[in-house]
Amino acid sequence: MRLSGWGNYPIIDAGSHSPQSIIDVSACLLNKNALIPRGLGRSYGDSSLAPQILSTLSLNHFIAFDATTGVLTCEAGVSLADILSTFVPKGWFLPVTPGTKFVTVGGAIASDVHGKNHHVDGSFSDHVHSFQLIIADGSGIECSRILHPELFHATCGGMGLTGVIVSATIALKRVQSAYIDETVIKAKNLEEVFNLFEEHQASTYSVAWIDCLSSGEFLGRSLLMLGEHAKEGGLIARKKKRLTIPFNMPSLLLNQYSISAFNALYYHKQREQVAERRVHYDSYFYPLDCLHHWNRLYGKNGFTQYQFVLPKSAGLEGMTAVLKEIAASKRGSFLSILKAFGPGNKNYLSFPMEGYTLALDFKIALGLFDLLDKLDSIVLHYGGRIYLTKDVRMPELIFKQSYTKWPDFVKIRTQYGADKQFHSLQSSRLGL
Amino acid sequence: MVKNILIIGATSAIAETVAREYATQGHKLYLIARNEPRLTTIAADLRIRGAADVVVATMNVSNFSTHHSVIEKAYVALNTIDIVLIAYGALPDQKALEKSAENTVESCNTNALSVISFLTILANRFEEQSRGTIAVITSVAGDRGRHSNYVYGASKAMISVFLQGLRNRLHHSQVHVLDIKPGFVDTPMTAHIKKGGPLWAQPEAVAKDIVKSIENKKDILYTPFFWRYIMLIIRSIPEAMFKRGKL
Ligand SMILES: Cc1cc2nc3c(=O)[nH]c(=O)nc-3n(C[C@H](O)[C@H](O)[C@H](O)COP(=O)(O)OP(=O)(O)OC[C@H]3O[C@@H](n4cnc5c(N)ncnc54)[C@H](O)[C@@H]3O)c2cc1C
Ligand SMILES: NC(=O)c1ccc[n+]([C@@H]2O[C@H](COP(=O)([O-])OP(=O)(O)OC[C@H]3O[C@@H](n4cnc5c(N)ncnc54)[C@H](OP(=O)(O)O)[C@@H]3O)[C@@H](O)[C@H]2O)c1
Repeated sequence: MRLSGWGNYPIIDAGSHSPQSIIDVSACLLNKNALIPRGLGRSYGDSSLAPQILSTLSLNHFIAFDATTGVLTCEAGVSLADILSTFVPKGWFLPVTPGTKFVTVGGAIASDVHGKNHHVDGSFSDHVHSFQLIIADGSGIECSRILHPELFHATCGGMGLTGVIVSATIALKRVQSAYIDETVIKAKNLEEVFNLFEEHQASTYSVAWIDCLSSGEFLGRSLLMLGEHAKEGGLIARKKKRLTIPFNMPSLLLNQYSISAFNALYYHKQREQVAERRVHYDSYFYPLDCLHHWNRLYGKNGFTQYQFVLPKSAGLEGMTAVLKEIAASKRGSFLSILKAFGPGNKNYLSFPMEGYTLALDFKIALGLFDLLDKLDSIVLHYGGRIYLTKDVRMPELIFKQSYTKWPDFVKIRTQYGADKQFHSLQSSRLGL
Repeated sequence: MVKNILIIGATSAIAETVAREYATQGHKLYLIARNEPRLTTIAADLRIRGAADVVVATMNVSNFSTHHSVIEKAYVALNTIDIVLIAYGALPDQKALEKSAENTVESCNTNALSVISFLTILANRFEEQSRGTIAVITSVAGDRGRHSNYVYGASKAMISVFLQGLRNRLHHSQVHVLDIKPGFVDTPMTAHIKKGGPLWAQPEAVAKDIVKSIENKKDILYTPFFWRYIMLIIRSIPEAMFKRGKL
């Protein structure tokens, strides 16, 4: 079957296996050559691509739920959307959620995803008590911070390269309402938004939309969006009607001028310096989910997301250097998201570290990878790194210089025989 | 009001999705299938989703002699049944069946006769209680015999005709009889077929249609809806022309 990540680049022909139960997963591993697990394919690049993939989507059952503590055990193919629609009405919410609810629990652990609350709550795996991993030889291993801790830390953020996560136990969080009280603050440039992030550290959720085509004194003008769970409003897990982009759009639609116009409009839409409103969690966390297949807006050549983090020490200087390079390239990103990270965790390949992360979408076009190579060297220079679950082109050298725990990761991979069984296009490219 | 729902073939992907809809609505479910571990997994899931209660029973439907007692047990547990959904079925390899009369009969036993057996037993029960819905998943394949899967198609057609008669009979006892005819659905049954394109539906969409049609007391459901028109066309192709094709 034809497969790609969310960026629709690259598109490959792959064999697919869909085990119907956890036991089937073992059987599947014993019978097959190298493969990579795949959830909902929301990683942008080639992390879940390989000549053979193992789809976890039939492993979609809840296993146990403790209604007093909110601790949920479920199979790894369960989607965050399913968790929300089942548990929000009972007063529980995800401890951490990425910007789309169409990801699986397994995918969230394997990429150790972060949300708008990283600065206070850490990343997804920080709320995972344990999981069951089927390793290369087909046997199941229960992993936690106490049981096989090294395998636990290699698997969280390990991009499916240690084995197949088949079930997990995670802690949900109590909420009194399905609504979020949102505050949006305008910042006229990068310095202002950095200061605002610092000022609002105590805010549960924070993220900034940034206009990456503005320059000069307005370089980095942004809208900072803060959020707190509301106390009222009811617990309805609203299901919105979804619009579908039926086919790939002509990619010319997204060019320097349209993006720059959109960004200006978006920034000036809000008149006040500070605006407050109450919004449903669905529109607060997942504004794009109501537009099914929005990735087709980028046309048939696809797109990529470049997301990097710079440590706190790089400060304003580092981020300014990157933004200047992008503004000069005139390659606009429709969606540019800036976020402050809290401290990272002990996982070998997890992305977050204390500092600032910026995510930019670029359509695949001639010369783009040259720009990204330039950005790589700035990121590396300031001690940062690039998010694997978005990546589709990072050179091996950049990876190995920025993810310094990679040799330990490789050791664990070898120890559990994973180096013979689990490979993605990405892992081959990165020399893992 | 909590409804009592019996599903035969509860491990089918379509049936499981229907069960999730009912579980979310807080109803009581009695699930029958042959794969015990999968049944246990499904039951635990449905309880967490909100089912008032879930009871499971295992059986092989080809074991005709157990049909009476299996239904008897379900009635003991549920007292009355509001909805029964018969969902199981197996898509045989037509080419292989052509070489074996034995396997052909066996396939018809599973896909048609065992269903007829269940329906005969259930019809009397429903007639007695004078209410409820009997719903069976057949297939658009039953609408016309085709070169590529006529054994399966004939089995489904047999049920559809049986259901027509049953509908007339039970109408007088206020019992609703629904014939569900899905088109191509992305489930394990069709795992070996190359998918994609607008004709393929997800089980979620089919399940929503089924739940709605049970509620609205529809007689025949084509799901997704456009299959009604596709089959209208396919049925109206003259036999002289049809036999030359390889559909
Ligand atoms: C619109 C959008 C917004 C996003 N926003 C954010 C965000 O805010 N923060 C963030 O961190 N990420 C974000 N992401 C990225 C997304 O959360 C991750 O890529 C996530 O891993 C996707 O999950 P998936 O189930 O689709 O996994 P896939 O894309 O199918 O796989 C991703 C990786 O996980 C591995 N994997 C999947 N399932 C398993 C398993 N059961 N066992 C072992 N390995 C497995 C795969 O091998 C692969 O390496 C966003 C993506 C989109 C499309
Ligand atoms: N998928 C389609 O495109 C499609 C189209 C039209 C109609 N249908 C019909 O829809 C219904 C549900 O199928 P599905 O698509 O959901 O496929 P599925 O997931 O493969 O389900 C088929 C079910 O039938 C059960 N079964 C088969 N033989 C059995 C036997 N001898 N005894 C007990 N159980 C038996 C299977 O049990 P095990 O799990 O134990 O094997 C399984 O639960 C079937 O009647 C099918 O004919 C499907």
